[in-house]
Order: sequence, then structure tokens, then C-alpha cells
Amino acid sequence: MAFITANWNPLGEAFYRKIELYEMGWSLRDGLKDCLVAAAPYGGPIGDARPQLEIYSSSGTNMASFPWKSGPVRQLGWTVCDDLLCIQEDGTVLIYDLFGAFKRHFSMGNEVVQNQMLEAKVFHSPYGTGVAIVTGASRFTLATNIDDLKLRRLPEVPGLQGAPSCWAVLTQDRQTKVLLANGADLYILDNTSCTPVTPPGLSPQACSIVNMAVSFSYKYLALFTDSGHLWMGSANLKDKLSEVDTKVRTPPKQMVWCRRPKSQQPSVVIMWDRLLLVAGERQHKYTLDEESVCVAELDGVRIVGGSRHELLQEVPSACQDIFKIASMAPGALLLEAHKEYDKSSQKADEYLREIKEQSVLGEAVRQCVEAAGYEHEPETQKTLLRAASFGKCFLSNYPPEPFVSMCRDLKVLNAVRDYTVGIPLTHTQYKQMTVQVLIDRLVYRKLYPLAIEICRYLKTPEYQGVSRVLKHWACAFCQTGVNFLDDMGPIMSGENQTLHSTVRTSYQRSMVTYLKNEMNRGDFFMTLRNQPVALSLYRQFCKHQEQDTLKDLFNQDDDHQELGNFYVKASYKEKKLEARLSLLQSAVDEYNKAKNEFAAKATEEEMKLLRFQRRLDEEKGEALLGLSLQETLHALLTSNFHKQAEQLYRDFRVPDKRYWWLKLTALAEKDDWEEMEKFAKSKKSPIGYLPFVEVCVKQHNKYEAKKYVSKVTPEQKVKAHLAIGDLEGAAEAAIDRRSEGEISTVLSRCSPTTDRALLERLNRARSTASKK
Amino acid sequence: MSAHLSYGRVNLNILREAARKELREFLDKCGGSKAIVWDEYLTGPFGLIAQYSLLKEHEVEKMFTLKGGRLPAADVKNIIFFVRPRLELMDIIAENVISEDKMHSPRDFHMLFVPRRSMLCEQRLKEQGVLGSFINIDEYILDLIPYDGDLLSMESEGAFRECYLESDQTSLYHTAKGLMTLQALYGTIPQIFGKGECARHVANMMLRMKREFAGSQTQILPVFDSLLLLDRNVDLLTPLATQLTYEGLIDEVYGITNGYVKLPPEKFSAQKKQGEAGKDLPTEPKKMQLNSAEELYAEIRDKNFNGVGAALSKKAKIISAAFEERHSAKTVGEIKQFVSQLPHMQAARSSLANHTSIAELIKDITIRRLLILCNRGKWIFSLSLSLSLSDTASEAFFDNLTVEQEFMTGVDTDKVNTYIEDCIAQKDPLIKILRLVCMQSVCNNGLKQKLLDYYKREILQTYGYEHMLTLNNLEKTGLLKPQTSTRNNYPTIRKTLKLWMEDANEQNPNDISYVYSGYAPLSIRLTQVLARPGWRSIEEVLKMLPGPHFEERQQLPAGLHKKRQQGENRTTLVFFLGGVTYAEIAALRFLSQMEDGGTEYIIATTKLINGTSWIKSLMDRPEAQAS
Repeated sequence: MAFITANWNPLGEAFYRKIELYEMGWSLRDGLKDCLVAAAPYGGPIGDARPQLEIYSSSGTNMASFPWKSGPVRQLGWTVCDDLLCIQEDGTVLIYDLFGAFKRHFSMGNEVVQNQMLEAKVFHSPYGTGVAIVTGASRFTLATNIDDLKLRRLPEVPGLQGAPSCWAVLTQDRQTKVLLANGADLYILDNTSCTPVTPPGLSPQACSIVNMAVSFSYKYLALFTDSGHLWMGSANLKDKLSEVDTKVRTPPKQMVWCRRPKSQQPSVVIMWDRLLLVAGERQHKYTLDEESVCVAELDGVRIVGGSRHELLQEVPSACQDIFKIASMAPGALLLEAHKEYDKSSQKADEYLREIKEQSVLGEAVRQCVEAAGYEHEPETQKTLLRAASFGKCFLSNYPPEPFVSMCRDLKVLNAVRDYTVGIPLTHTQYKQMTVQVLIDRLVYRKLYPLAIEICRYLKTPEYQGVSRVLKHWACAFCQTGVNFLDDMGPIMSGENQTLHSTVRTSYQRSMVTYLKNEMNRGDFFMTLRNQPVALSLYRQFCKHQEQDTLKDLFNQDDDHQELGNFYVKASYKEKKLEARLSLLQSAVDEYNKAKNEFAAKATEEEMKLLRFQRRLDEEKGEALLGLSLQETLHALLTSNFHKQAEQLYRDFRVPDKRYWWLKLTALAEKDDWEEMEKFAKSKKSPIGYLPFVEVCVKQHNKYEAKKYVSKVTPEQKVKAHLAIGDLEGAAEAAIDRRSEGEISTVLSRCSPTTDRALLERLNRARSTASKK
Repeated sequence: MSAHLSYGRVNLNILREAARKELREFLDKCGGSKAIVWDEYLTGPFGLIAQYSLLKEHEVEKMFTLKGGRLPAADVKNIIFFVRPRLELMDIIAENVISEDKMHSPRDFHMLFVPRRSMLCEQRLKEQGVLGSFINIDEYILDLIPYDGDLLSMESEGAFRECYLESDQTSLYHTAKGLMTLQALYGTIPQIFGKGECARHVANMMLRMKREFAGSQTQILPVFDSLLLLDRNVDLLTPLATQLTYEGLIDEVYGITNGYVKLPPEKFSAQKKQGEAGKDLPTEPKKMQLNSAEELYAEIRDKNFNGVGAALSKKAKIISAAFEERHSAKTVGEIKQFVSQLPHMQAARSSLANHTSIAELIKDITIRRLLILCNRGKWIFSLSLSLSLSDTASEAFFDNLTVEQEFMTGVDTDKVNTYIEDCIAQKDPLIKILRLVCMQSVCNNGLKQKLLDYYKREILQTYGYEHMLTLNNLEKTGLLKPQTSTRNNYPTIRKTLKLWMEDANEQNPNDISYVYSGYAPLSIRLTQVLARPGWRSIEEVLKMLPGPHFEERQQLPAGLHKKRQQGENRTTLVFFLGGVTYAEIAALRFLSQMEDGGTEYIIATTKLINGTSWIKSLMDRPEAQAS
């Protein structure tokens, strides 16, 4: 802890520090000498093209390497989504992914082919990644977004021969412009014009501007002149911030802004062969012991060398407050207090009291939490967070949110900063790029398990988190396209051990949808056939979404039973009878093929019934269509179409029993008692005569009911008598049959007051029956 | 409101609190006043998690039911849709959103999917061009909802159909997830038993999820000793039978949804206050909540209906005695004590009146042997043996029960049943017929092809040919099937597991068979045997039932091994995949309460079902019919 300020260097009001991020894992024979290097911002990957093209992570782990066989590469660059751009002399831009797989290429236009490219720059703007090129004819060509390629040739620059002495791409007022220097003259090139500009207060000793740098946010501009002066100002060239004489007149190799958001200090890092200069209002020099490359970041500069990878940045004010020697800031006191507390020293209380007296405990906690975010060493982070948590104990209503989310953020950051992952993000960068993008980057690096872990840890809604990662994983799987069936099998049936439970049904569902859109239908169906779970899911999907596809699917499988069902279902949606009948006919054919005799026959019957109903509706003006056979018969019987009913009864081989029931109820409903009596006598009733009794009673006609009581079989006599309310008769019948159960039934219907005599008789009969 | 959840062996209120917390977090994400648009199906389950007061505390000012057209006017900043991930609902929402844009007061839209987000749904919203209008789209994982102190349900209405008919295992995934949540709150369950394909699948998923979460072990002393996963298709018979417990009968006759029952109002009119009595009969159905928070209900709900009358009459005596005490109260102190007990006594009295009315309603349609007459003025109950002669409803109920019992005891299950024939001829409700035919098929291990075709033909001719698809579904799930082998193994199962008890005691039961007046539910027998003496004793029978049976052990972190006190009961979570009936629940509660039982049960399921709702979920209604 005591040495935390050891690497701090004061520069005007502020301090700068250089933190080692990684010892590089690559083994480069000559360091970065004679290499064409490009490193992506936000701790992105590093590309390197010599005869061999190599891609490394920020910690120097090799991700791809292959011999370069295309034309000479003049410039490398990274897109916003971590693709590598290789720009060749003739203006051809080749795009590779992180793992060196070729994605596509495009050309920067004929003019570049003819005149060859002199210099190129890759730049990022809200519109995406762009490429700017200056050709041998001193003309600029610009593509603002390589994913939506529109080439723009910028106007001629008066008096420019060959390449300008230095240039940069700016994004201002939603326009992309080129700022260039030709000797001491400065021009802004936009779509239509070339305007000479003068930076306010530029030292008059300068004869030529030899280097320029635009800040990460396009807000600031730095110019370096041959007189060794560094001019810093706003990118719109309206204000000057400061000017420094570096006393170095050699043109620098690289110059980048190094400024953290909201800092008051303008500062630029300038690199020569062996010297690194941080220049703000004052300057600080570092010596470089190896060939290095500077990478501008939102809140600092990364310096990548042959053996080391470092971060140079202004020390954030929270850290200054806490760690500055002899600081009395609340955070510093709290840290001290906690240290003493750990030592079980009473001084802890003294420090705490001091903070509390100034009532700045809240501020102290806030400072510690914030500072923890800026520290790279987990040990330092922990110390600060523990101090914050200690301070929180003495506050009653301090919101827990900032503390909790900082702990979470740091856990994630430490995980991705790990050597094996190699994404050295700072907390500021992480917040700017968002978790979503970080997850995307991990996915792009094929670090699926880590991405999933992070999503789970941060409780990202499954849909945006885990499921999304899995989708990418599956897509990557498909794209490799080796043996599709072999690979997909385990995913779909979920036997892949590591990823199984995450491969859940709804995910499979999205997989299926994805595949459906990507593959031709035949292949798709064939694929599904071997995956029962996926297949049934797809069926469900089709049932709701695509009826016709469902049919094709059944066809493919020769699933005639389901095809039959499909037609039957379709027939119910059809309003026109002819169409309905033809669908049903298709169903019959399918059922026959499926050897489902019953279904085929039943469907034929249905068609027969529909035709019959239509005929009768037409002839007699009935409204039978759509009724069931039973309902049709009932309607016919109640409307006195006995002949037609008889015909249906025979044609459909309606069982006698049911027909009798039907006719009986229909007659009762019509109160056609005469016809009923005739019917009862027509032949022996297959349902017996109890139903006659009951149906009459139901129609409240006990008189008619009585007529049938005598015809009822002995077993049903009691029931029949009870139905018409004849207790005496019921008792008689029950006693005759000597049935204990029946006697009890009758007994239960007797009232103790009015049927006393009967009760006694029954009780006596019951006791004899039970003795037997 | 939720106190009854914490009285049981396992405090299920923890689960409810976890669910409430998540809901509050989502509501707070949408700052400012809000209106909720409800998918109507969700209001029931949500009511068990959070009342309106909670929503109101979080600035919910209005609630609407989701329907097409324009949203009702409401001066709120946020409109939140609470919906199930269903495509048809997405279309309605899109309509709402589109017609909203035409007005000039902009409101923020949010969407909460319950229980899971669906890509298909979001795709649909995108197609309709409204996806971008939503500021928050989130999911509310409501897997297991606490229904009572010992009962959890996922209330996923299609679970059985999806699993056994459509091979869609989404609900099994939700089950596994729900069980993981439960383990996060109540500790790892050391032993998992199961029977059936789906049970195996759920157990596999759980074990795998556990492996993947390794490292983030919960340091909670396990509350559950074991988990039993049971497939519904292991026991297709039980739900087909008519439940004969008080709660079961209420569900059979009136249907209990989300802990509420709607009853015909006539019987309740007399309970109005004196002044209002006789003015006008209420026409709205009476809605009552049924759970263990009501003391009387907790006492009688699991009784066989034949024992309910006696229990009610006993209770009535206690209450009238308590009221009588006011006469003997002499001193001020005594009177004061009496008065302090009044609210409780009055609540008990109104509870008694309610249940007496319900019992009467049910009695009217069911049991004719027992009649409870209640003289409300004097609080005297008497048993009477008279019944009006035209009471055909109860007659039918009784006949139906007789046939069920014949099937369950194996009488003539291979022949055409004349009662079924007569019911078809008289066009009784189709579901009743299907329940009986399926029961016959299950009890006969399938029906002879000729018999099966005869029933099917009768049904098609009577109820319409469109029911062929439904019959097809029943065949696919095995509820209805042609007999393939001549051997019927149901009698063996019945005898080994003692599924039929001749001397079931309905008043003072000594065996679970009281819940069906003789039939002991197969599922519960399996549970009972597992606890003692163990499944090894019934290997043969287990092999006859579909699907594998298995046992798995989950490693506990060191130091979390439970040291059981002597005489302390084990706690088992029984999870019914595909649904459970109230009678089965009653049987499990009966086992929990047995003095020498040694095991207490907590019950979880995908859905609370009865035979009717179950068969209904398997029916295919052609669109033509639905409209």
C-alpha cells in the first residue's frame, strides 16, 4: 500500500501513472521492430502483418497466424466489432475475423487502383468503422461505414504534391472531414470544399506541421511542428488550450491524446524512438527501452511493447484524494481508520470521529468505492472496498446500490483482465462500452462459458444474456458446417454435457427457428427427423404459425394418421360444403393409407351424413347441417319425418337400444303419448320399460307413466313404483323380492309421520330378509 | 393474508416473499404512475402472490383486462402488460399500442412475460412494428406458486397435454427450474426418487443444473429430506374417479380456480343482515376463498363428505355453547373476556353458515343418505332420512359412482356397460362419458378392439364426428387403448397395492382409501410404500407401470447433514408431473397426520386438476365448434 504512489509522476496539477497490464506472452524475435502493427481500442486485440499475419490478444496470446499471400499490406486496422482490416496498395480492403478467417473484401475504387495508395487510416465514428485513403494523385477517398460502403472522393487540395505532411480524420457536425497539413498550411476537406484554416495562436516559428492527433472523442486536436512546439486546442480550431515547447525537433513516431473524461488537463503522449513524453501544461519524460506502439483509449494510452503492455493515464481524482501523501480527504481518513481497526487499534475510533465530526462519512465511503474502480490490483480494490464497507456500518441510510454494483463490476473486470482472456478494460471504458458489448466481444472470442458465467452473475435477463450467448454459440457451430447432423444432434437432444441445461427447450425452439430460416426445407426436415424433441417443438410451432408447413412435414414423414387428422381439422374451418367434403375425402384416403380402418369409416359416415343433411335441408327446408347423427335423428323424429329417421337408423346401423331411447325421448317431448304407446307395443323394447316410466315422469305425466309400470322387469319394479311416487307399490315389490337393499331404499323414502303402517311392515320384512 | 402459508412444516411464505420482491423490483424499474393491463388468466395466480395493495404502493393506479382496440384512458406515465408468452396475445397488444400512438399523450410501454420471455412473441411484435415501443421487456419467473401451507402449484394448464400428447417438454424445464429455486431457498434435497419418463427427465435436468451451479452452493440446512417425482401417466386411474372428500367434491361440482370457488347465490341469501333479508335474492355468484386460513375449512376439507355433516354439527354445538356463555358471564371481567372473543366467534359462525350452505348444495346433487338440516336461528342440526322423490340428480350421481366402483373393483370391465350406453343414448355430458369409458379402459388394461370401436362409434354418432380428434388424443395418451395382450395386469396391481379396501371407514378413516370411499389412489399408495417399507418390496408392480423408477442422491456440502432428533418426522416433497387432485392431496395430508407415519408431505404439481378439467385439456376443439 505504501508504494501505491511509487509510479505516480506529477504533471502540473495532476499526477500520471504507468501501470503494467501484462507481460506479453508472445515471443517476437525482434520485438515490434519493422512490424506493421494495429491494436484495437477498449483493450481489443492486436494485429501484426509481416510476411506472416498474426493476431494476438492484448496479453500476447496468439489467436491466429498465417502466411500473407495477397498483395502488399500498407495499413492494418480494427473495426468496431473486432474484425481486422488489411488495406493493400491498390486499395483493396480484406476483412478477417479475430481467428484469421477471411470474411470478405471490398475495393476503395478505381482511382486508388490506378494511382496506388500512399497512406490510409482506419477510423471510428457513430456510423461505424471507416477507411480514408490518400492516393499517389494526392486525392482523398473516404468510406464512412465499411458495412454500408459508399465511397466519397474529396475535392482536390490546392498545391498538394504527393502525401500531405500529416493528416487526420475528424467527425464534426455529423460529417466526416479530413484535416491535413501541407507544410505550414492547414486545410479542412469536406464533401464539397477545401477550406484553409489557421489554428489560433500557433507559434510563428513553425514552418511545417509534422504530426497531428485528434482526441478519442474528436473534441480536441494536437499539432506538432518542426520547431518542436506542441499546440493543443479544440478540434474546431476555435480555441487554444495550451502550447508547449518540447525542445525535440525530430518528427515524432506517434502522437496520441491522453486525457480522461472530465479532466481539466489537456495532455498528449508523444513517442519517439527511445523517448515517451507526456506533455500537458508541463512535461514528463519516460525512456523507452523497446520498440512500442501507442493505443489511444477513452481514459488513457496503452503502450504495447515487445515484452510489456502498459497503461499510461492521469490518476483519477478519487485515487489522488485517497493515496496522495498526507492527504486529509475523507476517503483517506476512512482508509486509515479501517487499517487501524484491522490492527485492533483504538486509533480507528479517532479517525472515524474526525470524519464524523465533519459529517463527511458518506463522502468518504463514496470516494473509497469510486477509487476501487480505478485500481487494477485486486488487493488494492479489496482494501478500498473493505474500508468502504466498514464506513457504511456507521451510516444509517447509505444506499447500498453503488457499493454492490462496484463489487459486481470489479468481479467482471478482473475476470476479463485475466491473462488468459486478455481484455484489459478500465472501469471507465467498461461503463462506456456497456455489458452487452462486452458480452458480444467475449462471444466473438468464442469465450462462451465465461460469457455465460458473467450473464448469470450479473443476472442479465436470460433472454439478453445466456440465451443470446447460446444462440451465437449454436450459430458458430452451424457455420463451421462440418458434419451438420453429427454436431447438431447433441445440441438438440441436449446430450452435450457442458452446455446441456442451458440448452433448454425454448432455446431449442429458437434454434429450430433459426435453422428453418437458414436451411432449405428438405434438408431442414431431414435434419429434424432424427431429433424427436426438436421435431415435436417444430410441430407445435407450425400448429400455431404455419399450417401448410405442418402438412409438408407429415408428408415428408409419411405420417398418414396425422395427415388425416390435419385434413379433418381443416374441414371444420371450411365454410363451403363441397370444399369440406373434398377435405374429408382426403382424410379418408390418408386414414386408409395409415390402415386406420375405423377412422376412415367414421369419416366416410360423416360425409354421408353431411350429404344427407344437405339433401333434406334443400328438400324440406330443415336446418340440419352440422348436427350430429343423434341430433339429426332427434330433429327428424320431433318434426315427424319418421320415414327419413328410419332410413338413417338403418343406413348408419344405429344400435336398437339407442334408437329406442331417442324415439322415446322425442315422442315424450312432443307429448305424443299415443304414438308412444304404439311404439311400446311395436315389439319388445330392447331397453326395457323403466325408461318409458322415467321419461313420462320427466315430462310430468304420471298418468302415462303408470301404463308402463306393469311391463317393467321384476328387478326394476321398485324403482318404477318409486318413480311414479307409489310407495305402497314399491314396498310391495320390495317385500316380494325379499331384497334387503331395496327394502331399505323404500324405507328411506317413507316419512315417519304419514307412512307409519308401511314403515312397520317394511321393517318387519327387512328383519326377515336379513335373517335369511 | 398469507399467514396460513407459514404454519406448515415448511414455511412456504419464504417462497411467496421471494416472488413479491421480484415483482416490486420490476415495478420500480418503471418509474412513475402506472396502469397494468392483465392477461386475464394471470390475475388468479398473481392474486396469490400480491394483492392490489402491494401494486398500489408501487404507484399502480389502474388495472385493465387485455382486449383488442384502444386502451382505456388513464392519466398514467406507464402502461405495463402482464402476459403469458402467447402469439394471439401479442396481436392484441400490438393493436393496443398502434391505436395508442394516434393520441397525443405519450405513455411508456413495458411488458412483463410470465413465466418466460419468448423469442417467437417478440418476433411477432417486431413483425407488427411495435417492438420498439417497449421500454422494458422482462420476464417474471413464476414457477411454483404457494397455494396453501403445504401445497405448491405451477398452474400450467397445458402441462399434461404438452408432455404426454405433444412431446413438448417446456413445462418440465420450468419444473426443474422451479425445483432449483426451491432448493436455493430451502436447501439441497439429498434424495430424489421418481417414477415415469417425465420424472426421469426432470431429475436429469435438476442434476445437470446442479453440476453447472457447482461452486455457488447454498449454505442452507436442507428442509426437505427427499423429493418424489411422479408422472401422472403412472396413475391415469385416480383423476378419472369422482373425488369424495369435501374439497374434492366442491371441485368436482363447482370447480375451484386459484383457491376460489363460485357458488350459486340462492343458498347464501339468508345470511344477509336482518334488515335486508328477503329484499332481493342476489344474482351474482358467491365467490369464496378456500384455504387453511379458515379454521373450519382446514378441519373439514379433507374429510369424506359423509363425515362432514357430523363435523359441522359438532362445530355448531361448540359455537352455540360458546354463545350461551354470555348468560353465565356475571362479572365485568367475564363479560369483557366474552366480548374479546366475539369477533373470533362471529367469524367462526359465519364460516360455519357458509360451509353448511355449501354442504347442502353438494348434498342436493350427490349424497342422498345424509341430509343436514340447519335451523339457522337456533343453530341446531339434525339428521334426517327423507329425500324428495324427484331428486334425479342425486340418483344419477349415485349410479355413476356405482359404475366407477364396479370398474375399480374389476367387475365386468371387458363388456359393454349398459349404464354408459344409456348415458350416451340420453346424451349426458360428453366429458362424463369419456371419464367412464377411459376408466373402463384403464381398469381393463385396454379394451378389446371391438368394444373400443363400439364405444367410439356411439360417441361419434351421438356427439358429432369432430370428436374423433379428441378420441385420437385420448388414445395417444394411453387413457383409451385397444387391448394388446390378453393379460390384464390391473387386478395384480390392485391386489398388491391394496387399491380397493372393502371396509373403508368414511367417518374415522384408518386408511387413505376413505378419500374415494374404498379406492386408495395408486399414486398415493406408491408414495406410502416408498416411505415404508420401500419400493424394493413392489418391484414387480413398478415394472408393470409405465416409465423407469429411480433413486438419486445429491451431495450436501459438509456440515449441512441433518441430524434428526429422535421421533422427528422426515419431510418429503411429492411433485406430481401432469396434475394432482384434491382427493390425492387429502390422502397425503392424512398420511402426514398419521401418528406413526414418520413422514410429512409437502405437495407440488404442474396443475391442480379433476377428471373433468383434465379430460377437457385433452380435447381437440375444432375451431368451427369453438366459435
